[in-house]
This record gives sequence, C-alpha cells and structure tokens, in this order.
Amino acid sequence: MNNEGLRKYIVAGFVLLLVFTYIGRLFYIQVVDDSYKLSSRNQAFYFKTDYPPRGFIYDRKGKLLVYNQIAYDLLVTPKMVKSLDTNDMCKQLGMDRDVFVKRLKKLREEAFMKRDPRPLIFEKQLLPEVYARLQEHMYKYRGFEVQTRTVRKYPTNIAAHLLGYVGEVDKKVTEKNPYYRDGDYIGISGVEKGYEEVLRGRKGVSILMRDVHGNIKGKFKDGIYDTAAIPGKYLTSSLDADLQLYGEQLMQNKIGGIVAIEPGTGEILALITSPTYDPNLLVGRERTKNYVVLLQDTIGRPLFNRALMAYYPPGSTFKLLNALIGQQEGVLTPSTLYPCARGYPPMGGKPKCHPHASPTNLEGSIATSCNSYYSYVFRSIVENRRKYKRSVDGYTAWRKYVQSFGVGVKLDSDLPYVLKGNVPSVEYYDKLHGKGAWMASNIISLGIGQAELGITPLQMANITSTIANKGWYYTPHIIKSIGDEKEIDAKWKVKHYTMVTDTQYFNNVIEGMYKVVEAGTARIAQIPGIEVCGKTGTAQNPHGDDHSVFVCFAPKDNPKIAIAILVENSGYGSRWAAPIASLMVEKYLTGKITRPELEKRMLEGNLISKSTDPKAKKEEPEQGE
Amino acid sequence: MRERSDSIFANIDWFTVVLYLVLVCIGWSNIYAAVYDEEKSSLFNFNSQPGRQMIFIGVALFLSLVILIVDASFYTATAYFIFGGIILLNIAVIFLGDDVKGSHSWFKFGSFSFQPAEFAKFATGLMLAKLLTEFEGQAKWVERLVFGILVVLLPVALCLLQSETGVSLVFFALILVFYREGLIPGWLLLLGMIVTLMALLAIKFNIEGPRLAFFICVGGGAAVAFLLTWRARLSWVFGVIFTVCMLALGLAGWKISGEILLYSVLVLAAGVSCFLAIRMRMFIFNSLVIACFVAGSVYLAPYGFLKLKPHQQDRLRVFLRLDASAEAKKKELYNLNQSMIAIGSGGLTGKGYLQGTQTKYDFVPEQETDFIFCTVGEEWGFVGTSVVLILFAILIIRIVFMSERQRSPFSRIYGYAVASIFFFHLIINVGMTMGMVPVIGIPLPFFSYGGSSLIAFTILLFIFIRLDSERLYILR
Repeated sequence: MNNEGLRKYIVAGFVLLLVFTYIGRLFYIQVVDDSYKLSSRNQAFYFKTDYPPRGFIYDRKGKLLVYNQIAYDLLVTPKMVKSLDTNDMCKQLGMDRDVFVKRLKKLREEAFMKRDPRPLIFEKQLLPEVYARLQEHMYKYRGFEVQTRTVRKYPTNIAAHLLGYVGEVDKKVTEKNPYYRDGDYIGISGVEKGYEEVLRGRKGVSILMRDVHGNIKGKFKDGIYDTAAIPGKYLTSSLDADLQLYGEQLMQNKIGGIVAIEPGTGEILALITSPTYDPNLLVGRERTKNYVVLLQDTIGRPLFNRALMAYYPPGSTFKLLNALIGQQEGVLTPSTLYPCARGYPPMGGKPKCHPHASPTNLEGSIATSCNSYYSYVFRSIVENRRKYKRSVDGYTAWRKYVQSFGVGVKLDSDLPYVLKGNVPSVEYYDKLHGKGAWMASNIISLGIGQAELGITPLQMANITSTIANKGWYYTPHIIKSIGDEKEIDAKWKVKHYTMVTDTQYFNNVIEGMYKVVEAGTARIAQIPGIEVCGKTGTAQNPHGDDHSVFVCFAPKDNPKIAIAILVENSGYGSRWAAPIASLMVEKYLTGKITRPELEKRMLEGNLISKSTDPKAKKEEPEQGE
Repeated sequence: MRERSDSIFANIDWFTVVLYLVLVCIGWSNIYAAVYDEEKSSLFNFNSQPGRQMIFIGVALFLSLVILIVDASFYTATAYFIFGGIILLNIAVIFLGDDVKGSHSWFKFGSFSFQPAEFAKFATGLMLAKLLTEFEGQAKWVERLVFGILVVLLPVALCLLQSETGVSLVFFALILVFYREGLIPGWLLLLGMIVTLMALLAIKFNIEGPRLAFFICVGGGAAVAFLLTWRARLSWVFGVIFTVCMLALGLAGWKISGEILLYSVLVLAAGVSCFLAIRMRMFIFNSLVIACFVAGSVYLAPYGFLKLKPHQQDRLRVFLRLDASAEAKKKELYNLNQSMIAIGSGGLTGKGYLQGTQTKYDFVPEQETDFIFCTVGEEWGFVGTSVVLILFAILIIRIVFMSERQRSPFSRIYGYAVASIFFFHLIINVGMTMGMVPVIGIPLPFFSYGGSSLIAFTILLFIFIRLDSERLYILR
C-alpha cells in the first residue's frame, strides 16, 4: 500500500502549506504593511491637548491689565449620546429644541465623516449662570462634557488697541503653522499678537487611550510620553495705566491719538487712540457680533489704531527738525534772522503766516511758529550750493537727517503695525515735477511740516523724545520685561543717534520750545512749578478743519515724559492738543491736577459731531498754502 | 488486563499533553488580556471571563484525568451510546434551548450555559471510527462510505436546525478521514477544492447567461482534461496548466479582455479536452458525468448564494471584496477591518502583554471568543502569531503521525477525526481574522473563551491520547 503510506505526508503537507501561507500573510500585514499600525494609532489613542493659561499683562506699576477668566465649552461625543432627555437639556441650556436637534444631527454627521471619536464643541463659552445650572444635571447627559477654557478679561477697560485681542485662529494660520489647530486661540492684534509666543506658553499633550465608544481608559504607559503644558509668561508693560486712563478720558468724543514716551528709556507710557472701545467687547461669545458693530462705525472707526497707523502731516511741530538740521548743516545759527510778511516773501507771501514781530531769530521763530522763517531755513538747506551742486542732493541730505529721527523708516518696535511714515523720495518728486526739474520752492511746504509728509503720532512722540534726549532715542517699546526676567531686552538698550550731533543745537531748539510754552503759542500748556518745553502744530488737511497738534516734554532738565498728541479737525494746536498734553504731563509728573476748569473743559469737549471726514489720509499729498 | 492498566501513564504521549497544556495557558492569558481592564483587574474574580475560564480549565483538567483513567475499551464499546446520547441532546436543544440571537443551541443552567453541538464533534469522531471499523474490509467500501457519510450528515443537519451554520461546517472536515481510509480518492478532494473556488468566482462575478455558460464550459473543460489525464505521467502538468488557466481567467481576464478572447479560450479548452480524452482512451462517459457535476455546482452557486441568510451573504461579499449592502459595510466590513487593524498593528514583536489597545478597548468584535487571535496578534506581534500557528501545526501533525502508529483502525480513524477537526478550526478561525476566509463563527481551540468548546476540545484530544496509550493493542 504505497499510496496509503503517502497519505499522511499529503495530509501533513497540506497542513503545513496552509499554516505557512497564513504565516506569510501575517508577516505581510504585521511587519511589511504599515497602514494597520497607523489606523490603530488613530483609533485607540487620543492625543488630548492641555491648554496652558495665557500670560497676564501688568502695567509699569504692577497694576493688572489683562487676566484670564474661565469659560466653559460644552463638548459632545455624538456616538455616546444615548437616551437623552432632549427637552430637559434644552431647558437647562436655554436653547431652542429645534436648534439643539439640528446641531446635534450636524455634529453626528461630522463625527461620522471624520471617523474621529474625539468630542466636538457643541456650544462655546457657556454663560456662567448656564454652566452653574447645567453642572448639576450633567450626569444625565451621556456623551456631553464640559471643557474649561480661558478667555481674556480686561479689568481696567483701557488700552484696547494696544493690548489687542485674542480670537480663534483662522485657516490660513493653521495651514502655515503646525502649532495651531482649529479652535485654538491666538493673539489677533496689539500686544496679544506681538507677544503671542510668549503669552501662549506651550500646549501639552497627554496621550490617552480610549475604547470604541470614545470613553477614556487612562494614560498611555502611565504618561511617560506626555508633555506637560508650559504656562504663558506674564508681561510687564511700560504702560502707566492711570495715565492711559486719564488720556482716554480726555480724548472722549474727540478723534485722534496720543503717544507718551519716557525719553530716558524709550518706554511707552501711554498710547491712546480715540475713539476707542471696551476691550472686553472683543471677548467670548459676543466677540463677532461686537466686532461687526465696531467695524460698521465708519465715522469714528474705533478699530483703527490712529496712534500707530494714521499718517498725519506734522504741521509746525516739524519745524523743530528743520531747525536742528539747519544748524547741523551750518546754514542756521541762533542769531540768524529772517523776515516775515505774513508769509514767505520770496514766493509772494506763500506759505502764509500769522501776524507776529518780524524779523525773528531762531528762538523767536519757534516761539511764534513762523512759517516764513522755516521756508527760508528749508530752502537754505536744500539749495546750499556750497555743499550741494543740485537741489536733489540737498534734498537727499535733508531726507537722511529726517530719517535719522525715525521718520520715513520703520521703528523696530515691539508694537504691532508700526508704519514707516512718508517722507517723499527723490523719485517721487522727479515723477511729479520732471527729473531734476524741481527745487526748494516746489517743495517749500516740507519746511513747515505740510505737503506729502505723513507721520504717525508714535513717530512724533519719538522725535520729541529724541529732542528731549538731545540727540538720541531708544526704540519706543511697550513691554518692559517678560516673566520674571529682570534684564531688559538688549534691543531696547541700543541708543540710536541722530545725524544732528551737537547737543548745543538741541539746547537752542529746546530754549525755543521753552519759550513756546512760557511766552509763545502754547502758553495754555504751562504747568505751575514744571518747566514744559513744547511746540504747537496746526496740520492743514483738505478734508476739513485743521488737525490740532502738540508735542512737548517736561521737565526741561532731565525730562521724564515726552508726548505727542493730535486731535483731528480741532483747529489750532493750542486749542485742544496743548491743553490735553499739558494735563497729562501734570498728571503723570505730579499725580494731581491744579487746573480743574481746564480739565473740565477738555473732558467735556465734544468734537465728534463737528468733524466731517475724520479719516486720516495715508500718503496723500496735503499741500500747505 | 492488569498489566495494561499499570502502564497507562507510562504509555501516554506526554509531548502532546504538554503541548495541550502550553496552548491552554497561552489561551487563558490571552483571554485575560482581551478583557483586561486596569480598573477591575482582580485576577480570580469568578464573575469575570478569565475567572470563569479558569474554572473551565479546572473542569477540563479533571475530565482529562478521568478520561485517562477510564479503560480505553470503554470508548470503543460505548461509542454508539455516546453518539446516540449526544445526538439526543442536540435534538432536545432545538426545542428546549434558549433563543440566543436566533439560534437554539444553548442549554442554560443558572449562570452557566452548555452547547451540545460542541460535544457532537468527539461523539461523531467516535461513531465514525466505530462504524468504519465494523464494516472493515475491501468488499464493504460502499457500506462504509454510505454509513460514514450518514454519520457525518446527521450532526450537520442538527446544527443547521439549531441555526449554527458555522458549527455544521466543521463536520465536513471529516472528509480527511474518508481520504485516509481510501473511501474518497485524492483527486476528488482536489476537485472539490476546484469546484469551491469556481463557485466563489461565479458568485464574485455574478455571472449570468452566456457568461455563465462560458464559465461552465471553461471550468468543466479544465476539470475533464485534468481528470482524463489522471494517473498518466503528464497528469499533473495538465492539471496545473488548466487550473491556472481557469483561475487567471476568472480573476483577471474576465473583465479586461472582453468576451471574444474568452470564448476563444473556451473553444481551445474544449478542443484540448477532447484531444486528450481520445489520446488517453479514458472513460469519456465518467468524465462527462463529473464535468456535469462540476458545471452544475458552479451554475447553481450564484443562486445558492441568494438563498443564504442576509448576514451570511454580507460576510461572503466582504470576503470576496464585493460591494456589500450599506448595513454590511457598517458591520461586517467594519469588523473585518478592526480585526486586521488589531493584528496588523502588532508589528513584529507586538505591543506587549496587556498593552493592546484595539482589542482591549472593544474595537474588535467578540474579542475574547471568536476573534481571540487578534489579541495574540496585537500584543505579541508576528512572533506571537507564528509561534501559535506553529504550535498548532505541530499538534495536528503530531496527531496525524500518532494515528498512523496505531494498531487498531478505531484509534487511527478517531485520530484523523481529531486532527481534521483541529485543523478546520485553526484554518477557519485564524483565516477569518485576516480576511482570508469568510467570517464563520467557530472558536479557536483552547484560546477562545467558553466552557463548552474548551471542555469538548479537551475530551476530543484526551480520548485520543488514551486510545494512543493502548496503541500496541487492537481495540474493538
């Protein structure tokens, strides 16, 4: 029976054949093919994000400006929702039954499409009273859970533009930056944006394991692969909350911007944009709604950060710069006299001037803000034939001086939206007047801070601060220190010197500025017991009344504050800008106000109804007369 | 007699016993892992499945000892009664059993339940051994075949009546016994496999009308050619050529190449068949009968398919990678995917004992019973799965070779029955977790949770070990 003896081998061979076929198949799916491992990872692991608290922000005196408030998001895992008493839950939530059912259905479909058992957000940021009510009943609602998140809270209600706001990250960011995921919060403007990475901290991840229903079953390997969340660091701002608040109050019902800088450090003390809004409006559930309301106010444009982003012609305050440049260029001395015939005589009385004693020297020209004087000065700089063969070369030199004061260049600040300002280029005038076919008389308004010049209030304040320092500035910045670090960022300790090198030139100008307040155009800015140096400006603009501009610093010796203020369409610098600046300086330096009537008048002044088109024009020529 | 009973333990095949114990231990630890929950991990909680399985193992070990102590001739003498009794139980359960998801195959006693169908396996093995031994002799092969087939079909019918389709299929594994005993020739087994394959292909491509005719002709032609050349020197070559030809046609050529090509291949196949038939001077009539049988099976397959229960159709569709109904996609396909993800995610060495996430967290269906192999795959990886498969292969082949060393045909026949039942369970159970066979709900011996199956498999194996210990004697 040869065949019979063979059968056991055939049977055994058949067994081995199938078993090894299986082993081969197992080798493929277990070792060769990775797709099953990936599926497993996605299914059974739940990478739970731990959100760190966002850093607080304090003012220079340690006053809390921004903190976090706990908010409650209602999450749902649609798969787990079973035998839900919909009516009861709607009642607790205060939600319409139809809305509830529709939303749950949508999320159910979404969860099914994604094949992701992670919980989805059912309702964002429950109102505290809703949460309190709901909490007691949560045990009944299988599949629902509450996740705590933090929302920003602004206890002082000030500096909305400066602090900025936080909102949900949008698609563009999540696509570019892998740190953010849908539903995360990110700083959208202001310091919140500028210091986003410091404030947010670092998200942590817990690797949890879950079962087929999405129930969490514990940490993977007791959490050895977890990363802890790192809380955001707190920031100490250079802002003086009291000064900021006072400034905002003074600017009520007025349009414009104020920037106050501590000259010795470059720290911004106040940065006011008016009209402003309550930063708490742009928080939480109502954010979108409120944002739209603010956006729709096209007259006041409360979302527009004028202090940083609006280009204004600096008007007469710019004469200070020309006085400095003239001296440095050797075409102007304190005793230089120029006539004024209610205007600039060589060009037939244009630009115009107001009546005052003539001729004046340098000091007097600042005190009286003589337009004619600075037309002469500007011309002597640009058409200085001993130094420059062509006007173009003179203008180029002048432009460089201006730029050394931080105008027409971007200040490397920590503020978001720092703009360059506009000091027209040679190319611009070549295009306008023909190549090389222009000279000082074509651009004479630059001498008095008009024409195409566009300067932000921040830059005006920085110029003032530079004059107070007699020739240098620290880049203006808003954050003094990050977290517990005592050291200031090295970036804020770099002195930027201007091209005007002799402090005597500054002294001469400062004397003039002192005269402005003592006996000149800004006597209203006098503060008892404090020597204030200032300069008024009246910036002409084609859209309405002149902008009222004022820059000043005080005290004269060892200045503690430099301030620039622009009030749109409010006329002479001395009418609104100078008094407001003066009150702020007094408040900052002495902590009290000695001129209550003036304060009252400023606080109650309402200019909004008066302005027709308050829009500050960017890079639009605003020709002086 | 005295001398014999003294040597019981000496003649026991300890290798097989140890292999059994190893498999039971691995099996239990995997059940423990499959239902492991860190929060309730008390090891000997007798309400938990591992705890209960522990009790079952204790019962099984006790029974195995009893089986070894009982005289071997007891099994030969009482085979009729054992079979009859078990058959009666299986009839009774149809009427008295509890309704579990539509099947009536369980008796319930308090918190324990009992499935008589599991015990029908060893009873049928004993009965088959007894019958085939009774009708021994070359002349009586027709009686042997007919009675043998009847013995197998009886439990099959009962299982179908209990709505336990999966269990009923197990008895078809006994065909290996018929093969070993020379009652069914090897070519018939091979033909059976070919027919099965062709039937599946017919279902897969849902062939109708002229396409069906084509399929029948190609299939029939291939079978005829193969059978006609059977035992000729070149038979294997033709067999292989035609089988491959047919498979290739069925799998790939059908949709791509168009009908003209296929019909020409059909004509070619028929021509070659005729040529070979004449050349080999074989019995054309016999061959045609077989060809008709093959063709008929394949022809009927798509219709038979529609007669299956919806969930069985879905399982078969999933296995054949056909577009299943939406319901099936959700459930059957999901189950298969989860099962493969669990095994596949184990990698080379697995995630570590009790570290499986897919099985532990209920992603895998019936993870502690029919899909227990997923736990092995996930936690022990490829190393674990191959070790388990190889251990089973060793056990099965060991039983085959032990059967061959028996003096009494009863022991040999029973041994083959044991080997084929283990083999069928192994291939179907492991295959279904990998999607290599359709999902058929039968347990993996010694691994799947459940008292009935563990105890029944233990009895099955230890009766053989007891019989083997008497291998030097002829039992009647």
